[in-house]
Amino acid sequence: MTAAPKAQPVVQFAGVSKSFGEVKAVDDISFDIRRGEFFSILGPSGCGKTTTLRLLAGFEAPDEDGGEVRLLGETVNKKRPYERKIAMVFQNYALFPHLTVARNVSFGLEQRKTPKTEIEGRVQRALEMVRLNPEVFSGRMPGQLSGGQRQRVALARALVLEPAILLLDEPLGAIDLKLRKEMQLELKALNQQLGTTFVYVTHDQQEALTMSDRIAVMDTGRVAQLGTPAEIYENPRTAFVARFIGESNFFDGRADRRTGGQWVVARPGGGTFEVPDHPSVSQAQDVRIAVRPEWMDVQKPDSIPPGENALVGIIRDIIYLGETMHVIVTVPGTGDVTVALRNEGQLIKPLLWKRGDTAAVAWLPEDCQILEQE
Amino acid sequence: MSMPIPRWLIGFAGVVYFFLHLPVLVLVVFSFNDSKFSVDWRGFTLQWYQRLLERPDILRGLKASLIVGGAATLISAVFGTLLALALARQRFRGRRMFEGFIYVPIVTPEIVTGISLLLLFALLKIPLGLTTITIAHVAFCISFVVIVVLARLEGMDENLEEAAMILGADEVTTFWKVTVPQLWPGILSGALLAFTMSFDDFVITSFVSGPGSSTLPIVVYGMVRKNVEPSINAISTIILLATAILIYLADRLARAK
Repeated sequence: MTAAPKAQPVVQFAGVSKSFGEVKAVDDISFDIRRGEFFSILGPSGCGKTTTLRLLAGFEAPDEDGGEVRLLGETVNKKRPYERKIAMVFQNYALFPHLTVARNVSFGLEQRKTPKTEIEGRVQRALEMVRLNPEVFSGRMPGQLSGGQRQRVALARALVLEPAILLLDEPLGAIDLKLRKEMQLELKALNQQLGTTFVYVTHDQQEALTMSDRIAVMDTGRVAQLGTPAEIYENPRTAFVARFIGESNFFDGRADRRTGGQWVVARPGGGTFEVPDHPSVSQAQDVRIAVRPEWMDVQKPDSIPPGENALVGIIRDIIYLGETMHVIVTVPGTGDVTVALRNEGQLIKPLLWKRGDTAAVAWLPEDCQILEQE
Repeated sequence: MSMPIPRWLIGFAGVVYFFLHLPVLVLVVFSFNDSKFSVDWRGFTLQWYQRLLERPDILRGLKASLIVGGAATLISAVFGTLLALALARQRFRGRRMFEGFIYVPIVTPEIVTGISLLLLFALLKIPLGLTTITIAHVAFCISFVVIVVLARLEGMDENLEEAAMILGADEVTTFWKVTVPQLWPGILSGALLAFTMSFDDFVITSFVSGPGSSTLPIVVYGMVRKNVEPSINAISTIILLATAILIYLADRLARAK
């Protein structure tokens, strides 16, 4: 990896829209993907992430006056998939069932008129790269492979072309958790080692956070937020992003007055909380904030540390999750607030709280994430 | 969940099978019977099979059947496959209706098909012969190919063709290197069914055949009308065996992965 500025984006979406009949699957999206980065497109099903990938692959074309898709600076709206020199791994792998593993991997090389003498060596190296022993697997048919092995063959078939851009459409969706975690790290390592730009579509937020350099979160055909995993997790722009990535507690109110660089927000049911100064907050304006469960604490109502926001409620439940304990506090006027406490060992240092206790949820004003109105 | 099957039900099924296949069994057995009057068993012989080879009308009929069957199968396989591709891949108005029409030739009474084709050939002034028989056979054989290939297409992974294209194959290459190999068992299976249907057809053929263009079933029918002799059992056994083998192969191909 070089620190040099990456001059030209490898992929550019400039105001791209794609409709299917009346439905706008992709609605005026614009963003760049930089050379060599691991870029994820994350969102729930039906958010337009797969259509975005298919626009990039050339399986779909943008609408008339539906913006421009550019690959390496060149507008490719009308280019067929085979004219694009990109590679793709499909969700169901899409291995050719009538061809051996070796013939599957060499398919792209043959199409691109690679000299015969070169093909065998490259196929071998590609299989080794995805940790399949060529001697064992070359002659097998896809039907004789396990899901994880098919996955690796599909990856080899794409990587053997040494593409500038590799598209991956939820490639880990169909394999079990343990193998998936392993593959996540392997994919990230391949991305760094090869310098290939990875464009990865997934609905799994954990997966996106683990692997990505940057994430575009999509919602109903639009990009809801684009940023690094930390930016997205720690500073979600909208309630949708806050809810979709990780867990969040939401609080509403109206900006009441400003004191010492902070706004005091009045809650509809009475009481206040404070939020840091923010360009989108002004006098008498509705404010919605999100706070992550792990940034909150449970306190006795009569001993709240000064400067912290606190809301009093009743503990409805305590859930043991191993690494953490979730304390669910029902706060009048807000509903259930989840607080995640680090588990310090329930057998040695058990939690002081129990169900039915009156307790305050407390958090620092700077841990409030002020959300844009949707 | 499986219920125990009562004994009497198994027995009943056995009786039904016996009843269904008894006539065929009798036919096969008597094709080896060393007696001109085929009512009682006089010992094993192959003479009726040998006799077939000495009958030029049967050999001519067989030749006609093979020519018609081969031509009708080839035409049906090509056009049936294209039709199935159009129905499965293209979006056009009335696609569902056209898909339904595929079943019409199968359910239309053969006598109706026969008469309508005869009428058509008369209107167009096409002389009856091997050509008209072939056209008539294509008219019902094509449905079998379309149905089998459509089923194959529906079971095909739709990403395969996209995968080929993103790997650098254009539409034509993708069709030949990915689509056709995937459809191949279906096309072959449909073709075998088509050949069987063509080879066995009597009713429609009887309407559209002309002088000197009799297929094997027509010849056999003529033989029965003149005089019943055991070589009819022999030729029937051969037709039966050939049909059974073709149907078996077609079924195996249709199930191929």
